[in-house]
Amino acid sequence: MATPENKLAFEGGWEYSPAPESTDHIKVAKKYELFIGGEFVKPESGKYFDTINPATEARLSRVALANAADVDKAVKAARKAYNGPWSRMKPAERGKYIYRIARIIQERAREFAAIESLDGGKPIREARDVDVPLAAAHFFYYAGWADKLEYAFPGCKVRPMGVAGQIIPWNFPLLMASWKVAPALACGNTVVLKPAETTPLTAMKLAEVVADAGLPEGVVNIVTGAGDTGAGIVSHPGVDKIAFTGSTDVGRIIQKALAGSKKNTRSNWAARRPTSSLPTRPSTRRSRASSTASSSTRGTFVAPGLGCSCRSRSRSRLSENSRIAWRR
Amino acid sequence: MTLAAVDTKRKLPDLDRVPRVDEVGVNERVARFQSRSIKKESKLEALQMVLSMIDLTTLEGQDTPGKVRQLCQKAMHLHDAVPGLPHVAAVCVYPTMVSVARKALEGRGIHIASVATAFPSGQAPLNVKLEDTRMAVEQGADEIDMVISRGAFLAGDHGFVFDEIAAIKEACGDAHLKVILETGELGTLDRVRRAGMLAMHAGADFIKTSTGKIQPAATMQVTLVMLQAIRDYFYETGRMVGMKPAGGISSAKLAIHYLVMLRETLGNAWMTPEWFRFGASSLANDVLMQIVKQQTGVYQSADYFSKD
Repeated sequence: MATPENKLAFEGGWEYSPAPESTDHIKVAKKYELFIGGEFVKPESGKYFDTINPATEARLSRVALANAADVDKAVKAARKAYNGPWSRMKPAERGKYIYRIARIIQERAREFAAIESLDGGKPIREARDVDVPLAAAHFFYYAGWADKLEYAFPGCKVRPMGVAGQIIPWNFPLLMASWKVAPALACGNTVVLKPAETTPLTAMKLAEVVADAGLPEGVVNIVTGAGDTGAGIVSHPGVDKIAFTGSTDVGRIIQKALAGSKKNTRSNWAARRPTSSLPTRPSTRRSRASSTASSSTRGTFVAPGLGCSCRSRSRSRLSENSRIAWRR
Repeated sequence: MTLAAVDTKRKLPDLDRVPRVDEVGVNERVARFQSRSIKKESKLEALQMVLSMIDLTTLEGQDTPGKVRQLCQKAMHLHDAVPGLPHVAAVCVYPTMVSVARKALEGRGIHIASVATAFPSGQAPLNVKLEDTRMAVEQGADEIDMVISRGAFLAGDHGFVFDEIAAIKEACGDAHLKVILETGELGTLDRVRRAGMLAMHAGADFIKTSTGKIQPAATMQVTLVMLQAIRDYFYETGRMVGMKPAGGISSAKLAIHYLVMLRETLGNAWMTPEWFRFGASSLANDVLMQIVKQQTGVYQSADYFSKD
């Protein structure tokens, strides 16, 4: 269907009131150190980098840059925690700690949402209604799994893998951290997490939550930095597993680096796929066209166009009967 | 007079080509309309707009000329304690009461809408419906609210429904025709969209959700689907058709959600009483209470507002 000649007018007229989210209630420190062995420690590198509010390009905070020596410290702390209390703890006890993290995130949801929006530039509505509540929900969910794993897979002995190196991107910073950290902890692993260099703030707030929840030292370590820091984690011999979500280019580098090693990997690469909509049987035809159109647009514009399922193209084989009208 | 198309310009559209409705999507969209920030100035403006779009309605078997005169008085003087309020768009009465309303509202700029065509069931022969309509127009109705033959529509006799609407449109003359789909009896949103399309092609000036006699009456879901039908029809023909949700809208808050939906579906051109109406009897009082609250900061007792 061609672009219609008859236009609707949406400019001007009755306007809604502005509804700005207040930032009075949030606490962002001037400077964030690395979170290693349950403490905030100065980086060996002695260097810091800026994290900005992309809306104004104003600096929000300065964050420590971890070099290879810092990563080594973090991995050693994680190993110590793994050999020490964490992997030997009764699963139900581990679950309690994770429940505690979930509850603290819920309590501080408003602050997390505002910081997520400030640091990453996503609309407050998404941060507030999706990212933060889902992050808490994931911690709750995996906390529940901790003491059930033993019975979930008959015939298998479930055991932790060791120290997990986790590298996450900037489109869902806190949510992505919860996807990575929560299941690893539930299974009895310890983690070294590297948030994206553009969106480290909610991860540093998560470090505060972990400290407040009283997790044993070194179970969760958070090192900030860019590609070099990530490379340090990937190549560190003390890491048993690499979990990566991010761009295809970096994913390739990581796969190359890990080829032939005994490290377990799990990675998700940027998936900018076209939407394909296929004809279906008439009985299920109901609603097809408009749901395809609306899910495509939603998928495209979620997290300001930076979702991993951003449908930058759409392919349709619908009959001319149905109307997916591509209107500019 | 035969039922064959009265006006050959009007043609029954192929209703199979009307797009299917994504019910889940509609529900999600409707939920989003309810989360807009409408406060202070924006709210006051919206409340005044709602008042000016109301078709103040009394459609009871117990209506008397006195009751209708009282309603007309209310239409002209909503709440004189607050100066500068708009008057409602129209009063809506049974055909027998049109002359009473005409006399009471002469020259006041408030339209008189009359239901017709054997409202609310529509179960009468066409000649009776036409006579009902002509009588209401002769008595001075500016707008006719007709009901479609839901039985025929549900039985698949679209041609019958189409011809009937076209015939009534002719009988209306200069009076505007609002076509009530009675969505509560149509069952699915797909049928609502098709019935809306059919009514517009048959010549409706407005499409309207309900008689108010059947539950559910107007809902945001059916109204959204009808607004989308109006949009499609406008894209296709360039002709604007009005929308009137009726029945069940009794709070100012809900009415404002409807305005948000209207604004984001059809845009500014429809945001006037000429193109959008609320069919309601108790909505006006709640809106008035909210306006007083906005202006004075306190709620007044309902006793300060006229009952009818």
